[in-house]
Amino acid sequence: MTTVQEPSQVKLTEFEDNDQKPVGFGRMLRKEDARLLRGRGRFVDDVQLPGMLHLAILRSPFAHANIVSIDTSAAEASPGVKAVVTGETLKGLGLAWMPTLSNDVQAVLATDKVRFQGQEVAFVVAEDRYQARDALELIDVEYDVLDPVIDVRRALEPDAPIIRTDLEGKNDNHVFDWETGDEEETNRVFAEADVIVKEDIVYPRVHPAPMETCGSVADFDPVEGKLRLWSTTQAPHAHRTLYAIVAGIPEHKIQVIAPDIGGGFGNKVPIYPGYVHSIVGSIVTGKPVKWMEDRSENLISTGFARDYIMRAEIAATREGKILAIRTNVLADHGAFNGTAAPVKYPAGFFGVFTGSYDLQAAHCKMTAVYTNKAPGGVAYACSFRITEAVYLVERIVDVLAYELQMDPAELRLKNFIQKDQFPYTTKTGWVYDSGDYEPTMRLAMEMAGYDELRKEQAEKRARGELMGIGISFFTEAVGAGPRKDMDILGLGMADGCELRVHPTGKAVVRLSVKTQGQGHETTFAQIIAEELGIPPADIDVVHGDTDNTPFGLGTYGSRSTPVSGAAAALVARKVRDKAKLIASAMLEVSVADIDWVKGSFSVKGDPGKSVTIQDIAMRAHGAGDLPDGMEGGLEAQICYNPSNLTYPHGAYICVVDVDPGTAEVKVRRFIAVDDCGTRINPMIIEGQVHGGLTDGVGMALMEMISFDEDGNCLGASLMDYLIPTALEVPDWETGYTVTPSPHHPIGAKGVGESATVGSPPAIVNAVVDALKPYGIRHADMPLTPSRVWDAMRGQATPPI
Amino acid sequence: MQVTVTVNGVEYTKEIEGRLLLVHFLRDTLGLTGTHWGCDTSNCGTCVVWMDGEPVKSCTVLAAMAGGREVRTVEGLANGAELDPIQEGFRQCHGLQCGFCTPGMLMTCRHLLDKNPDPTEGEIREAISGQICRCTGYSSIVRSVRWAAVHEAEAAETKEEAVAQ
Ligand code: FES
Ligand code: FES
Repeated sequence: MTTVQEPSQVKLTEFEDNDQKPVGFGRMLRKEDARLLRGRGRFVDDVQLPGMLHLAILRSPFAHANIVSIDTSAAEASPGVKAVVTGETLKGLGLAWMPTLSNDVQAVLATDKVRFQGQEVAFVVAEDRYQARDALELIDVEYDVLDPVIDVRRALEPDAPIIRTDLEGKNDNHVFDWETGDEEETNRVFAEADVIVKEDIVYPRVHPAPMETCGSVADFDPVEGKLRLWSTTQAPHAHRTLYAIVAGIPEHKIQVIAPDIGGGFGNKVPIYPGYVHSIVGSIVTGKPVKWMEDRSENLISTGFARDYIMRAEIAATREGKILAIRTNVLADHGAFNGTAAPVKYPAGFFGVFTGSYDLQAAHCKMTAVYTNKAPGGVAYACSFRITEAVYLVERIVDVLAYELQMDPAELRLKNFIQKDQFPYTTKTGWVYDSGDYEPTMRLAMEMAGYDELRKEQAEKRARGELMGIGISFFTEAVGAGPRKDMDILGLGMADGCELRVHPTGKAVVRLSVKTQGQGHETTFAQIIAEELGIPPADIDVVHGDTDNTPFGLGTYGSRSTPVSGAAAALVARKVRDKAKLIASAMLEVSVADIDWVKGSFSVKGDPGKSVTIQDIAMRAHGAGDLPDGMEGGLEAQICYNPSNLTYPHGAYICVVDVDPGTAEVKVRRFIAVDDCGTRINPMIIEGQVHGGLTDGVGMALMEMISFDEDGNCLGASLMDYLIPTALEVPDWETGYTVTPSPHHPIGAKGVGESATVGSPPAIVNAVVDALKPYGIRHADMPLTPSRVWDAMRGQATPPI
Repeated sequence: MQVTVTVNGVEYTKEIEGRLLLVHFLRDTLGLTGTHWGCDTSNCGTCVVWMDGEPVKSCTVLAAMAGGREVRTVEGLANGAELDPIQEGFRQCHGLQCGFCTPGMLMTCRHLLDKNPDPTEGEIREAISGQICRCTGYSSIVRSVRWAAVHEAEAAETKEEAVAQ
């Protein structure tokens, strides 16, 4: 069932002046803000330990080069230097290579050769960060420069230089081939279709660039044999297991602490060499060691996103019934396959490229290659490659609308999966749990004033002004995932949760996931409050510390609410069941005669006879008898294995103006209607959406990590890699519909990445729509003034 | 070299290297880690503090240059347990998520309100345009500043009325 709500847009000049304290769901101010507003957050770089040393990394200036020799003697003699470590040192310890999240290997420090600009070649540990950097200058590396492979197409040519000479028997740059859907059936449908439209679409390489870069503080205690590692990680438990495997330290002797994290967006999922360096540095020097990368290191060496070259084809009837979609993708995985995706999904969840439409057939073929660029691929709020999938389908549907001369909104409405078709199995095998697309689309159109906008556009066009209206409608697949299908390096994607109610009725809930700004300390307290009736202020949320939380795979892919949120609700219900038994004993009636309303248990038909959860907590821990066979205490623990992903959806409409004289694009309005099922804290949801929309403006109009032909990264600073400021984005207009997930205990779906996934096609569609008078039906991101200018003059080129 | 800097009303005299950046002086030497660092090129603004009443990017100022001056950081905003109205505005209007850009944003916005107690949306966007927030999408920051402006105006009115009576 879908409920359509009034638009929740709050004008900038108005605000909700409320400090409500809901016991459960609803707008609630964040618990974490108290410290963050006072400068009392504790980020990794804020960690200061007695005797702590600082680590700096020497990186390769070349994209592809053999290492001939490294001379560290001058660096070792430099003031304050405690250790200089090279790949050769690590080789001796068996630590020169480590596994990536995709079962490939990555160099911790290069030994044989360097494979991308910025690759780690050596590190220095010194007394302060300035001294460590000084010493880097004194390391003398002799390189023998090789031809780099920058273009994915070049990588596949038979005479291309081989990048992964470290892999035995490897004589090409091929990573994997992957396929989904039914090729034969798709070709048959295409052969019979009235209309086929084809377009080459590039999703350029971009970077999540969280405001806090990556770093760690390692403190190895040789007496206890214990490693404590503060690090910028979105997945502390998964990291702990990997460190145990890489470094050979027993898992129970490793404590990974993710303190406050200054944004992640997928950038902080992989294990980077720098984290391992800090561990080695601490073992070697016997002191705590801090590594904090600078911005250019972050941009050139850590997990990039996208880099897909896609050929999209869509088949339809002349009346606009979409029949099938097929696509061929070339994926650039960089020098090591470091994609953070479930093992059986090498292309992530790209298989949802069939979008929100009821198709007869679909097929995708993909080839992934190595190039001399930084590794990564799954990051930047992509929901495991759904950004690419949604961009592909929402762009090609617009190209079809252009060719059919149909309104893009009408074309979408005509092809939606219908409400009564859910659960809906797509032609690529994804089971969409619930959805009701038309009301969401209609609400967005109503909020936008769609018909008036089209009228305004027609008038402007007549005057030679360029105004565009772009639509995108997305379905996401988030909350990885059922353990029978989904694991990362053999670790099932389940999440644990532990809840303890103290004698006085206050509680502590321990999570395996980790906020990077999403507000877990608030929303998880609200989930427990909803289920147990304890006010959120009385619930402490503990997370980001492997010694003090149950195992689970962490926060990325919008999975915290779908997986861990479900775990929290169920653990609270477990406690509630026990509380009910205790209540029945306290009230001296049978369990069947107990009613529960939030926070209190009463005798059916006699609400005056009741006990609160706080009374019960005291009884559970206190004196007096408990029901037969019951243990004392009031706590529970579970490990939640989701039965399916959750499938949020949304309708986005973007209005742009393009200056015909300068080709500058201005996003005038952006209307976002999201449906993420049950809404735990609308204020936080809105914030998540706003952030994602801003990412969308970045990717569509500004952001790109590009390379010159020698493999030099051209997006290595925030002067070159442009991120939207307050001036490039409009005031966001948001609305929502509610279609609960049928299999999630509270009906919630993930939302953290919806807007990053859904907004780029809306913006690009709007710009292309504005350029319609020029006869343009496609232009690739980023739509910078120069690229738009080229498009207007019929000289559009793909960015790669 | 020796430098004497007043930070949030407290005078510190420290032996430092001439090349030490103010942001590192605040964070590492004084342990005031509320001020953050986020880029190498003066673009992000997570490091904004006040020097003699003007916002500066502390990653672009040498600690030595702060000698004899008054620096104010995010730790100096609240009055004990009571948040500054700009902090309260950010809290009320969800002006922060990860909180990494927040100290810099707060310092810039506090300065804006001191110069212009009733800024428009455009003026607020302009004021924070040298800073990046990767989480909030800025609307809620704009709203937070408006919250502070309106509440400060109300508080001033109430005070005036009280004085008049
Ligand atoms: S640290 Fe980025 S502007 Fe100062
Ligand atoms: S709140 Fe995260 S960068 Fe602004």
